[in-house]
Amino acid sequence: MKGERRRLLLGDIIGCIVTVIVFVVPFYYMFVNSIKTAKEANRMTIHWPAEPHFENYLEVFRKQNYQLVTAFRNSFTLTVFTVAGLLVVAAMAGYVIQRRNDRLMRGIQWVIMLGLMIPASILPTIHMLQQMRIYKTMFSMVMIEIAMQIPFSIMLFRGYMASIPTELEEAARIDGCSGWGIFLYVINPLLKPIRATVIILTAVTTFNDFTNPLYFLPGAKNTTVQLTLYNYKGQFSSSYNLLFADIMLITFPMLLLFLIFNRRIVDGMVAGSVKG
Amino acid sequence: MQKGKRRKISLYPIWFVLPALTIFGIFFLYPIVTSFYYSMTVWNFDSAIFCGLENYRMFFSENELSSAVVHTLIYAFSTSMLKVIIAFFIAVFLCSRIRTKDFIRSAVFFPNLVSMMAVGLTFSYLMHPTKGLFNAVLTGLGFAPVDFLGDVRLALGSIIATDVWKGLSVSVVIYIAGIQSIDRNYYEAAEIDGASRGQCLRHITLPLVAPSQNTIIILSLIGGLRSFDLIWAMTSGGPGFATDVMASVIYKQYAYGFYGLSTAGNVIMLLLISVIAFPLQHILRRREEAIV
Repeated sequence: MKGERRRLLLGDIIGCIVTVIVFVVPFYYMFVNSIKTAKEANRMTIHWPAEPHFENYLEVFRKQNYQLVTAFRNSFTLTVFTVAGLLVVAAMAGYVIQRRNDRLMRGIQWVIMLGLMIPASILPTIHMLQQMRIYKTMFSMVMIEIAMQIPFSIMLFRGYMASIPTELEEAARIDGCSGWGIFLYVINPLLKPIRATVIILTAVTTFNDFTNPLYFLPGAKNTTVQLTLYNYKGQFSSSYNLLFADIMLITFPMLLLFLIFNRRIVDGMVAGSVKG
Repeated sequence: MQKGKRRKISLYPIWFVLPALTIFGIFFLYPIVTSFYYSMTVWNFDSAIFCGLENYRMFFSENELSSAVVHTLIYAFSTSMLKVIIAFFIAVFLCSRIRTKDFIRSAVFFPNLVSMMAVGLTFSYLMHPTKGLFNAVLTGLGFAPVDFLGDVRLALGSIIATDVWKGLSVSVVIYIAGIQSIDRNYYEAAEIDGASRGQCLRHITLPLVAPSQNTIIILSLIGGLRSFDLIWAMTSGGPGFATDVMASVIYKQYAYGFYGLSTAGNVIMLLLISVIAFPLQHILRRREEAIV
């Protein structure tokens, strides 16, 4: 018993040291460099600055005529509408696909799950959007984000639905509830845990997406937060301090979301990807 | 029978799948179908001149483009394999009676919240050939500095390492879910029979996490085959084209204005993923069934 305790303590110590070196140091590095002067940051060291410059965080907003403000607005709009849209359409589809489970639904399910594997065709999509005259609009960007994340969201909802007994629906049916009513008033309230998982996973994916806005939402007024980071690679390649301040600011909303929904992530993963 | 069927229909209306199916069909499936045609044209959005398989021939004859296929495969298989192995040990460690597991789990999960772009840019500074922190440590320990991203032989490996660092958490979370669902009785029985910890790990945990493991293999392999942002942030395909993958070639050809060629790259990527992922999934599912 004593040996066991010693071994655990050793595990604790080694585990923490490795974690700090591998996972905490890079984030400390980002933070420390975000409060240095441009000259100090250019030395790329991990030392605490001679004097912390928190005004970098304001400076990064002012850059390029407040482009970061526009970017935040665009990214928030995109994320909110994408997540809201997914919660509605994926929950409805996942519900009926799981409950009916007939040949038609299995066919639909198979087609949608293709989306988990095969990559989107980028240029034909741009061409189609141009023909529909919605290229470079927030609407088309939201639709594309929803389309790309529908398969995974449906998979999560469908997997969770399997754990809800059908007796409730049958009871509601006998009481004269319609199909839509059952979904809205009986099933919907029970989906709360899986909804939290879908919210965090799709919100992080959408907010952190770089590739799709790069292709489908070009232009200065359409910029998203991830694209502002990309500017630092080229145009402002000497202002590392502002780059790191930008990274900190952009990561903050996701951190907040994570703190709110922390516990749900593992639960949802169990329900969705392992058993589904 | 007839009655039961009718009840089922009104309970679960088919039209519920229509919104999802419509959006998915228009914005995902339709462009994929048309991509097969456009990949066989010289295309600039205004006019598309049919040229047969010329784009594909070009893709495989130009070393600059065909090497991207090789890089994509190396990248996908090595990131996937490393994640499967490393994440397993981290998950086992975090499922033991360690007291600091909440801290470690949060720290491991954190990179998942940071975007690929941010991680890529940060690591390209950490890997800076002269001033970067990694080289400061290496020279401090008496080694020669390494040009992580500028050396043709090392660049792809450096990006792979960054990808594993960033993507490890998802695999760890899936493994933890799998390990926690294993019946405790197996371990107690094994302990009574005098099995060592290593034996328990090898003969109980490993086979019973197979479903989680398969999910991880498939997810990380497909993610690796599609990967773009991290590579673009760190090297943009360079030095030369040493780290060009399918997705970066597609972007570059688009930027150069070769839309047909870019779309051909897209179709090749689709075929590559299908040829690998579908049989693999089949094999993994068979393995899963053989165990259970």
